[in-house]
Amino acid sequence: MYDFTYHKAGSLEQAGKLFKNARDGAFLAGGQTLIATMKLRLASPSDVVDIGGIGDLQGISVAGGAVSIGAGVTHAEVAASKDVRGAIAALADLAGEIGDPHVRHRGTLGGSIANNDPAADYPAACLGLGATIETSAGSHGADDFFVDLFETALDEGEIITRVKFPVPKRAGYAKFPNPASRFALVGVFVAETTGDGARVAVTGAGPGVFRVREMEAALDKDFSPAALSGISVSADNLNSDLHADADYRAHLIGVMAQRAVAAAG
Amino acid sequence: MPTVSMTVNGKSVSGNVEGRTLLVEFLRRNLRLTGTHVGCDTSQCGACVVHLDGKAVKACTTLALQCEGGDVVTIEGLAANGELHPMQQAFRDNHALQCGFCTPGMVMAAVDLVNRNGKLDEATIRAELEGNLCRCTGYHNIVKAIAAGAKAMS
Ligand SMILES: Cc1cc2nc3c(=O)[nH]c(=O)nc-3n(C[C@H](O)[C@H](O)[C@H](O)COP(=O)(O)OP(=O)(O)OC[C@H]3O[C@@H](n4cnc5c(N)ncnc54)[C@H](O)[C@@H]3O)c2cc1C
Ligand code: FES
Ligand code: FES
Repeated sequence: MYDFTYHKAGSLEQAGKLFKNARDGAFLAGGQTLIATMKLRLASPSDVVDIGGIGDLQGISVAGGAVSIGAGVTHAEVAASKDVRGAIAALADLAGEIGDPHVRHRGTLGGSIANNDPAADYPAACLGLGATIETSAGSHGADDFFVDLFETALDEGEIITRVKFPVPKRAGYAKFPNPASRFALVGVFVAETTGDGARVAVTGAGPGVFRVREMEAALDKDFSPAALSGISVSADNLNSDLHADADYRAHLIGVMAQRAVAAAG
Repeated sequence: MPTVSMTVNGKSVSGNVEGRTLLVEFLRRNLRLTGTHVGCDTSQCGACVVHLDGKAVKACTTLALQCEGGDVVTIEGLAANGELHPMQQAFRDNHALQCGFCTPGMVMAAVDLVNRNGKLDEATIRAELEGNLCRCTGYHNIVKAIAAGAKAMS
């Protein structure tokens, strides 16, 4: 890892200033992705701005039909939160299946969605629930936030502050973990939302998280695993790698979607 | 060079580090606490697990400067008054190590697991060991040791 100047930001405002004054800045949250990326020299920022101590990025609250989670909240905190479990159990379960206990103690919601790894779990929950991503510059709907492989709608220096997840009537997540990395080979988040019908979001299978409209239409008529049985997803544009080829991933989407609906109860 | 200060195994320590200095490097090089191992340096193996503010973390994936003011416990901090910690004793009693390279991380992960869960069944122990790799034992005796250690700690 190339050396850099480390800064600890005490507030959002200070973090923004430190980033602006840097030649090539990077925000650091839990470091569970960024530190590895810097070790591999895929990133070599001149300045690292640690946002891990900013109080505004902490806290979980449930109000007005939504669960609001600070960007700096760790996966372990979400998994253990009674408030999250009471409102959207699938979200607490998803957080508890990320990586391993040590990664969950450090890794954060904001870091996960800012990074937008094509196999990450949280993007599926954001898209599946129709979440709103609040930032230092405004807010983004989940449908517009996840742009492409490791690419989001965030501008330079824009910090995710909170994510608001609308509480659905029911929701479920089913993940087929890559046996080595635990990232999703295919993960499917399904929700019966209160305002927007059924939503089905797939992670791990393609270059980024995406919705499956045909499944959503079927679930709108009948929210049951059987409703999905005739629907196949095309393998075009899906990932093929040594872990799974595109046809296998396409097949897994169907299986995981049915399991997610079953889990939603 | 920036300075970092933290509590390690109950003692206040400080040292000069670079921005990129990892917690595990600070522990091993600055403090000569070489019980914390580096197996992979890529967040996979868990040989470097220590407790930071009461939670198990991978010291190879934490910057020393992120720990400013923090409270760190390493494998060297577990034994008290010349007696092994109950979890260390359980690893010894159950032959839960062969080469011993993974053991410091395993023990720190196990103590964290017991602190969080209290009661543990075998399936939970196996699932919670996701972040710790052992190349020797086949895990079986490690799982037995953690169950015994959990009992001894309660
Ligand atoms: C062994 C291992 C297994 C893993 N398994 C999984 C898994 O199964 N599923 C899964 O989804 N993930 C997995 N991860 C990734 C993990 O969830 C990371 O915690 C997460 O991707 C990054 O979060 P972080 O807080 O560590 O972010 P960092 O590493 O600190 O930052 C990541 C990126 O996000 C940016 N960033 C961070 N916070 C913000 C913010 N608030 N606003 C704007 N930008 C920000 C940073 O600048 C950086 O570019 C795994 C990681 C490891 C090491
Ligand atoms: S050395 Fe830290 S996880 Fe392997
Ligand atoms: S005892 Fe050798 S790696 Fe675990």
